[in-house]
Amino acid sequence: MSPETIIKPTNTETISSQRIVSISRERALHLLYQMIRIRRFEAKSAELYGAMKIRGFLHLYDGEEAVAVGVMEALRPEDAVVATYREHGHALARGIPASAIMAEMYGKQEGCSRGRGGSMHLFDAKTRFYGGNAIVGGGLPLAVGLALADKMQGKRRVTCCFFGDGAVAEGEFHESMNLAALWQLPVLFICENNLYAMGTALRLSQSVTDLAKKAAGYAVAAEAVDGMDVLAVEVAAKKAAEIVRAGEGPYFLECRTYRFRGHSAFDTELYRTKAEVEEWKERDPIKTFIEHLKNQGLVSEMDLNELERKVADEIKEAVDFAEAGTWEPVEDLTRFVYSEWRGV
Amino acid sequence: MKENPQMIRLTYREAVREAIREALRKDDRVFLMGEDVGRYGGCFAVSKGLLQEFGPERIRDTPLSESAFVGAGIGAAMGGMRPIVEIMTVNFSLLAADQILNNAATILHMSGGQFNIPLVIRMATGGGRQVAAQHSHSLEGWYAHIPGIKVLTPATLEDARGMLWTALEDPDPVLIFENSNLYNMEGQLPADAGPVDIDRARVRRPGSDVTIITYSASLFKALDAAEILAREGIDAEVIDLRTLRPLDQETFLASVTKTHRAVIVDEGWRSGSISAEIAARIMEGAFYELDAPVERICSVEVPMPYAKHLEQAALPQTETIVTTIKRMMHS
Ligand SMILES: Cc1ncc(C[n+]2csc(CCOP(=O)(O)OP(=O)(O)O)c2C)c(N)n1
Ligand SMILES: [Mg+2]
Repeated sequence: MSPETIIKPTNTETISSQRIVSISRERALHLLYQMIRIRRFEAKSAELYGAMKIRGFLHLYDGEEAVAVGVMEALRPEDAVVATYREHGHALARGIPASAIMAEMYGKQEGCSRGRGGSMHLFDAKTRFYGGNAIVGGGLPLAVGLALADKMQGKRRVTCCFFGDGAVAEGEFHESMNLAALWQLPVLFICENNLYAMGTALRLSQSVTDLAKKAAGYAVAAEAVDGMDVLAVEVAAKKAAEIVRAGEGPYFLECRTYRFRGHSAFDTELYRTKAEVEEWKERDPIKTFIEHLKNQGLVSEMDLNELERKVADEIKEAVDFAEAGTWEPVEDLTRFVYSEWRGV
Repeated sequence: MKENPQMIRLTYREAVREAIREALRKDDRVFLMGEDVGRYGGCFAVSKGLLQEFGPERIRDTPLSESAFVGAGIGAAMGGMRPIVEIMTVNFSLLAADQILNNAATILHMSGGQFNIPLVIRMATGGGRQVAAQHSHSLEGWYAHIPGIKVLTPATLEDARGMLWTALEDPDPVLIFENSNLYNMEGQLPADAGPVDIDRARVRRPGSDVTIITYSASLFKALDAAEILAREGIDAEVIDLRTLRPLDQETFLASVTKTHRAVIVDEGWRSGSISAEIAARIMEGAFYELDAPVERICSVEVPMPYAKHLEQAALPQTETIVTTIKRMMHS
């Protein structure tokens, strides 16, 4: 089966895309650094997968970095994050150390989930990172509940929930949107619309492909944003998070983006053309951001080299940490099925 | 007959309601959430009156969204609350099975011990009310297959009253199955009845000739059978499992070691059931103690029929327990 149409990267004309935002050099370098570290981390992950150091499923985030990085800028340490199985980028941007993530993918007990979760289940209590969830749509009700707990306890916090365009077809999406709106809960829903759920194009799975419109059915404030533009995402996410934090109910932000690599390491990409991927790569969030910053005279080649060096060091350290990590003794196999303490 | 002044008369339904009320009073983090728990008063009238007493924040009516509100219970538990989620019946819990199995039961483990889920899910279970196949499932044994959750099956008023608080104090997800035939059961409880343990089986009737292992509503059929057998000189010991996971095998293995005969009465279907699990554990732990093969009395493997005579024929019955045990004793 060959793809009938090329999905062109033109579905962003009507949505907010603002390179007009003025930005300091320091912030520009920070955003760029975050995106580059995710990109390089993913490249390293793919390589280590090939070398069979990392096993299981591996879902990479190349092309979508602006979403995680832009959104995380809107969150505070006390906020919570619920993510998907394509969550290395979210975990890194949220502040889970690259070393703990890499060790997790190695299956070592020094990993952020002690080697019990792997690539799809990164967890971290310190940053309130409530997991990668590998059931499509499975994280949305959790986010609703975390937000409910905050609301009932009078805590002004945001629960940020990431999910893909594919999740929008699940009942849990609709149940959760309704519940969050009905109870006016502080959930920031971030839909990462990369136009495909594995190999099924959005237009083949949704009668209405303008996803932000679905939020209107639940009276949830919504916006679509160019997910290839980190500044646009940041601006939109900050606005959205403010509304959510103010107690004005949930917010649905659709980030229109694209995944450059296959769905997972097993994907032979029969469902799309190389030309389509190439066309979207023209809008690579890192490449275009660098161009923009160079045009503005905000960063130089030297800055970039330095960023790359810093990132390379961090990733090397992460790999060294994972390599040096230890295997949890098999005697511990049945730990963490039930809590090791009683009474709460 | 004069009633003991320290005792109060109440139904199973009222015992559950008192347990919920006590929890709501004792701990601000506790709230009840589910379909029709508030304005309607609960589909089995368990939560009747609680809305008026505790308000709509803590007695929270939900839309018909089993997956979302069970998942929200999981999230709220991780977020510092102590939710009691009510699913009308086990039949509808299947729409939330993803949240129960893929989230509640796994997150502690997948997070390497970082996030526990102190959640209680209550639901009605069981057949026998002529409501046909889709409303008569007994899937508590099926849930007991899952590591990471605990499965309670209170049969007595004492357990209906006392298990909830202990379940709420447990750091991990606990499912409580209330057989809907028990809600109208009346009896006496001490006025100051309180929490009970949730990890041990109980010998409800001591005996020396045969052990009947059962749980939930079948307990009363087993006790009736034991009375009938006693008149014929057969002394049956009746064990109420109370909790299907973790399974207290110590108690039933000790009993079988004493009586040398075991019958399991289980309202679930026979194949792949909790009764099969118990039989296997008896083989593993007390094989050489047995004087007769382990017997099982389960629901017949058919979707529960509507017609009364067929439904009763499908469910475990007192007479079957009696005849089975007589046959065992004389073989
Ligand atoms: C409930 C469920 N159904 C099917 C799958 C298999 N599956 C894994 S990822 C995926 C596609 C999801 O696409 P989307 O939500 O758009 O996220 P993306 O992978 O594009 O980031 C599918 C079908 C699953 N994990 N969970
Ligand atoms: Mg997608």
